[in-house]
Amino acid sequence: MSAIKVIQEKCIGCGACVRACAYDAIEMQERLAVIDANKCTLCGACVEACPVDAIEIQRSKEAKVNRDEYKGVWVFAEQRNGEIQSVVFELLGEGKKLAQARNTELCAILIGNQVADQCKTLFQRGADKVYLVDHPKLASYVDEPYARILTKLIRENKPEIVLSGATNIGRALIPRSAVQLGTGLTADCTGLEIDPENGHLLQTRPAFGGNIMATIRCENYRPQMATVRHKVMDEAPVDESRTEGEIIKITVDEADLASRIKVLEYVKEEEETINLAEADIIVSGGRGLKNPENFEILKQLAKVLNGAVGASRAAVDAGWIGLSHQVGQTGKTVKPKIYFAAGISGAIQHLVGMSSSDVIIAINKNPDAPIFDVASYGLVGDLFEILPLLTKRLKEVLKR
Amino acid sequence: MNIVVCVKQVPDTTDVRIDPKTNTLIREGVASILNPFDAYALEEAVQIKEKCGGKVTVITMGPPQAEAILRDAIAVGADEVILISDRAFAGADTLATSYTLSQAIKKIGNADLILCGKQAIDGDTAQVGPGIAAYLDIPQIAFVKKIREISAEKAVVERMVEDGYEVVESSFPVLMTVVKDINEPRLASLRGKMLAKKAEIPVWKAEDLNADASRIGLEGSPTWVDKIATPPPRSGGEIFQGEAAEIVEAFIKKLQADQLLQ
Repeated sequence: MSAIKVIQEKCIGCGACVRACAYDAIEMQERLAVIDANKCTLCGACVEACPVDAIEIQRSKEAKVNRDEYKGVWVFAEQRNGEIQSVVFELLGEGKKLAQARNTELCAILIGNQVADQCKTLFQRGADKVYLVDHPKLASYVDEPYARILTKLIRENKPEIVLSGATNIGRALIPRSAVQLGTGLTADCTGLEIDPENGHLLQTRPAFGGNIMATIRCENYRPQMATVRHKVMDEAPVDESRTEGEIIKITVDEADLASRIKVLEYVKEEEETINLAEADIIVSGGRGLKNPENFEILKQLAKVLNGAVGASRAAVDAGWIGLSHQVGQTGKTVKPKIYFAAGISGAIQHLVGMSSSDVIIAINKNPDAPIFDVASYGLVGDLFEILPLLTKRLKEVLKR
Repeated sequence: MNIVVCVKQVPDTTDVRIDPKTNTLIREGVASILNPFDAYALEEAVQIKEKCGGKVTVITMGPPQAEAILRDAIAVGADEVILISDRAFAGADTLATSYTLSQAIKKIGNADLILCGKQAIDGDTAQVGPGIAAYLDIPQIAFVKKIREISAEKAVVERMVEDGYEVVESSFPVLMTVVKDINEPRLASLRGKMLAKKAEIPVWKAEDLNADASRIGLEGSPTWVDKIATPPPRSGGEIFQGEAAEIVEAFIKKLQADQLLQ
């Protein structure tokens, strides 16, 4: 017996479910939808598409843990080189709202070496408690010890919600820990909210390359875990008066520090214009730049605007600039305040990576380029003429 | 070296359109492809085998039609492929998928290196790779952009971090997820295509994996999609045309008026 069923009395035979199914698992028989259980993956696309709620997936509503034992909102306070990452402040801002809605406390988990002085920063940003795990072997992130320690802390203290930045570290650490805990995890969320009806966490995230926004629930398990996209939520404001709070120092078991992986070296990439996730302004170039030297024109503009330099896949594949600059489906997804697309035609693979930017400025000599369909401002012309002029004028206007 | 590559069949997201009537995705008739990131994992596996010897086994969990990507894998050098397919697996989230794939890897046995793409382009979670490593209790290295050296004893690789990369050494077994920088996937050879066409694709079901029924499929999935919304499409804004100097002047005025220059 399958978990999905068509309620025949409701089905109007419109075929919306057939169009929504990626697996060719639904067909119309005598104006009724019939689902082939051998092809169906229970992805739920048809349930969404049905205009009359005639398709249902039956799920267990039974809690797998005693939910009442789980209290508190936790934020993984990612540090790198001893410095708390700015995404943590965003998580504390959002975590505070969730904690208030749940009438519970906001805690930060700080793992590192000689990072105790950072606790104050976390209190000022709204943490009520800090779990501090300080050890020379934890100076920089290593998957196994970090995951073991985090998992143990969660097991012992039972928070109801655990948040982390969707950074390279967060997206490696949290899934490992979630499996160790046997609970659910939602990746790269852009919205979090407490369901006013039942107190569960509603986690919204883009999927299908940003084509859809999906809201995910994890009702029967605890904690509810999520990694959260950087630069989407507002940072918690600094409250200078809030310098103290409860610090819970955790003693680390030697056994938990074992790692089968060694970090030999950290190489910072030379260019300052690279960190796309952090940048409020991104200046990207594509095939229209014609050669690698011309990226210099973009760098000039980026410098005046304190922005980062991005690139389309075409420019990266041509070897004009490194992969860490690539925006789009096989590169990074970004959401800056202002995104410049110069000499980028606007293939869908690129658009999915940047179309949620606040303002998009396109510069292209082809007035029919698809990039203009998403641009807030479209400059039609030769980028080799426009960009240097624009850089010069912005320098004057901004007095830089 | 025994290498297992985990791959996924995904709808080509660039081909997905919105149904204007229901405001939901039209997936019908959308081409199914090998997840692009998995192609890099597969290519890396084949290159390592060519250098160090060994065997490349490619596995996927999915509906029967997912066997197509396993044939593609044979065409570019996979030695063995396994389709993990059962109605009982339907509805799996990343936790249940990680469990199911890890059970399959246990059954294959003696895997030294497990390679995955960094994420699949339909869900974009990047959670299944680390999840498998956790279930197998082996180390993981996510977002690998280069394998510097690899021998029977150890691997030295570069993994991406936000502002650069780390050089990381690991023993075996280890699971790595790879990014696109790592290589250039080859095209299938004619011989490969012939092999792919003739291949018998073995199918493993839940009972073959000795899987705990409460940890697979819908039942083993803590998370579910409650609601899907389609963001309103962006519409084009103001267009500036003319001589470069005129465009720039008009544009700067506009930016100032809209208070975007702070």
